[in-house]
Amino acid sequence: MIIFRIILLALPLISLPVFAGWDDVNMSPGATALGQEIFGLHMTIFWICFAIGVAVLSAMAFILFKYRKKEGVEAAKFDDSTFLEFTWTILFALILIGMSIPATITMIRAYDDTEGDINILITGHQWKWQYEYIEDEVSFFSNLSTSLDERNNLAPKGENYLLEVDEHLVIPTGARIRFLITANDVIHSWWVPDFAIKQDAIPGFVNTGWTQVNEPGIFRGQCTELCGQYHGYMPIVVEAVSPEEYKEFIFQKKEAKLQQAALTEKFWTTEELMAMGEGVYQKNCVACHQVNGEGLAPVFPALAGSDIVMNDKARQIEILMEGVQGAAMQSYAEQLTEVEIAAVITYTKKSWGNDASGTGEIVAPKEILDYKTNKL
Amino acid sequence: MSAVIESHHDDHHHGPAKGFSRWLYTTNHKDIGSLYLWFSFIMLFVGGAMAMVIRAELFEPGSQIVSPEFYNQMVTNHGLIMVFGVIMPAFVGLANWMIPMQIGAPDMALPRLNNLSFWILPAAFGVLLSTFLMEGGAPNFGWTFYAPLSTEYAPPTVTFFIFAVHIMGASSIMGSINIITTILNMRAPGMTLMKMPLFVWSWLITAYLLIAVMPVLAGAVTMMLMDIHFGTSFFSAAGGGDPVLFQHVFWFFGHPEVYIMILPAFGIVSHIIETFSRKPIFGYSSMVYAIASIALLSFVVWAHHMFTVGMPIAGELFFMYSTMLIAIPTGVKVFNWLSTMFKGSLTFETPMLFAIAFVALFTIGGLSGLMLAIAPADFQYHDTYFVVAHFHYVLVPGALFSIVAAVYYWLPKWTGYMYDEVLGKTHFWLSFISVNLTFFPMHFVGLAGMPRRIPDYAMQFADYNMIVSVGAFLFGLSQLLFLFNVLKCVYYGKSATAEVWEGAKGKGLEWTVDSPAPYHTFETSPDLTNPQTNN
Repeated sequence: MIIFRIILLALPLISLPVFAGWDDVNMSPGATALGQEIFGLHMTIFWICFAIGVAVLSAMAFILFKYRKKEGVEAAKFDDSTFLEFTWTILFALILIGMSIPATITMIRAYDDTEGDINILITGHQWKWQYEYIEDEVSFFSNLSTSLDERNNLAPKGENYLLEVDEHLVIPTGARIRFLITANDVIHSWWVPDFAIKQDAIPGFVNTGWTQVNEPGIFRGQCTELCGQYHGYMPIVVEAVSPEEYKEFIFQKKEAKLQQAALTEKFWTTEELMAMGEGVYQKNCVACHQVNGEGLAPVFPALAGSDIVMNDKARQIEILMEGVQGAAMQSYAEQLTEVEIAAVITYTKKSWGNDASGTGEIVAPKEILDYKTNKL
Repeated sequence: MSAVIESHHDDHHHGPAKGFSRWLYTTNHKDIGSLYLWFSFIMLFVGGAMAMVIRAELFEPGSQIVSPEFYNQMVTNHGLIMVFGVIMPAFVGLANWMIPMQIGAPDMALPRLNNLSFWILPAAFGVLLSTFLMEGGAPNFGWTFYAPLSTEYAPPTVTFFIFAVHIMGASSIMGSINIITTILNMRAPGMTLMKMPLFVWSWLITAYLLIAVMPVLAGAVTMMLMDIHFGTSFFSAAGGGDPVLFQHVFWFFGHPEVYIMILPAFGIVSHIIETFSRKPIFGYSSMVYAIASIALLSFVVWAHHMFTVGMPIAGELFFMYSTMLIAIPTGVKVFNWLSTMFKGSLTFETPMLFAIAFVALFTIGGLSGLMLAIAPADFQYHDTYFVVAHFHYVLVPGALFSIVAAVYYWLPKWTGYMYDEVLGKTHFWLSFISVNLTFFPMHFVGLAGMPRRIPDYAMQFADYNMIVSVGAFLFGLSQLLFLFNVLKCVYYGKSATAEVWEGAKGKGLEWTVDSPAPYHTFETSPDLTNPQTNN
């Protein structure tokens, strides 16, 4: 009895979503008007497809059962029916037209790219996002903050495992936010499911997306275009706050920028530079050059025992500031402050035995500033 | 395959040569068909082993057995091997075996080209797989190899990858030229185009698709080669090029390519369903027109793979509507298969079981495809596991099941022996359960927001990923049963009759020759002009 076997087999599959929560098996219902509209469209299309699927599969199950071979029953001989074929072709066309109307309406609404109250330039880098508030001239990078121990199963995984970052993209509620999305190296894709925005970040192109969030909250997403080995490790966290809190956030960011400038002029001890350098290295460098400085041959060179790191300070500064043409090494001139660059260079010169066979000298933040000034 | 040698009826002027040179120098369509099928079978286990690595890594959240870098190499090569090394060669193998026998021709039209088009294929995959042993590792940019990840940021082995793709393309083009020439020139007298078996029709159209798009793929990889080694900037924005151009070129190849992997399946399934329904296929001519219109539409839908690249709205709407149109001919085919079974006298031998599963599960894959066609909703589906679920539903219980069904269906004709029916049915039920266990929950994690091609994932996706992995391991193991059954049939099978299946009477010329099919068949064309002697 093939039909009963099929039903029996289908049961566990159908029951899977029942045991899990509905959220675990369906799309985000959306936190914005556009998100909700796309969710509604998705559900409409889903139920139509579900109904078609159920109709076709039950018709099939019926046929398989009813017309199984029986003693003394001959198979029919017909092989054509213009009327039937015509009818179901028209039927399909009508269903499709019915689906395309709401889809077109939603599409037009999603494609509204008039200017926003706040315009934010999003740049994808391997493997982090950069957010620049265009009107306020505030810019920062957002890195994955899940620890390596959690990723390597050495520590218990937190609730937001792989979906947490050091710097949230903060936006005010009630304002129309326009995102301008691009990339610096390879193609990435910026996706926040609750906003129903997924736009590819493509070098040389600026794509747009927009949102308006009315309730404060935290919204998480991920990069959705394969962008290299750490593609799975560049999440997106957007935090919607009240307009007052947003003003305060921008104010703090501007203050921090001024303080950085002051820090560059300060006298730094070796210990201070080493402590900061280690932090900077862990955050920005380990992905390629590894914790032990050995790199990953042949694409990511070793820093431990590297002649440039040990003996050629000028070249090392240049590499950090300009990146390496045609290689994965990018410019950190804008991603890191002068102090951070000086600190991380100092750290590499003094770690993994480099200070024993190399100069082991320290680099002062002032030297980085001088490099920048000379370039101008 | 040695059974073919030992038991063939030597009533013709010469048989196959002995030893390895038989296979290396062969120009016999049956030998070359077997070579293609065995090659594809081996690659199925190679690509399948990669899938097992992927599923082991994704068994639980957190780093498991491989690095993210190696994971990307697995994802890339799994895709490349399954597409170019399993599905396509298997269909070409079936074409080689069956097209001459189905149209009453003695062999393929261009037998030496046939030999060449097979033998460069192992060379291509040798080159591709050798990159695993090279510095920098194998290609790691996904089987869609989007620039600039595959150009400026690619490992140095990308050049070998480009070379391998070129050879695969050449092989496909030569195979297609051969198939078209054979079908158009070597049909038995009286077999008009609209009397050709549907498998022949589906391959005729597929071969034209291949000839149309394989050069486009060659163009794409050549531009990559120029960008990497000769200083051009086709796909580099910094040099005035356009990374999105790559995607347009790739998918102009890529979308017809996905139909190349499903149209022959339509032909196979039509034959099997009519045989085990003991009824003629319903709506033969609409089946032909449906295949042809799917093939034509496949050239104008490519950018539905690119709804999120930032196309103008007119482009989004055009590609949405054109993609939705494909649902019409596809729906016609499904309804025709149901109507063929309607009022038939159905039995459920292994090939029929796989064919029925094909229709049911391909319908599910088709419906999720229709959902993906809706551009604004695709903003949410794009590049998530929902897409992975969709294309695996059309490629595994779709294309792969049709190939398995075809092997069970024609194996007695090829070897002269029956496979073990109990083993075959066990293989089917294990495959059917595990394939759904593997791919159905992917719909859920995809909708819930899990991106594709990631080596690790957030906690809310953990339960379903574990189910998927268990399903995948089971599916992988079940295919060993298939291998065992084929070997058992070749070496220990019971003899098969010429007709093999009760319902095969009058269902094609291949059932009029002995089982196993003699080394040379139809040296004199059967005359089909007189309807009395038709089969």
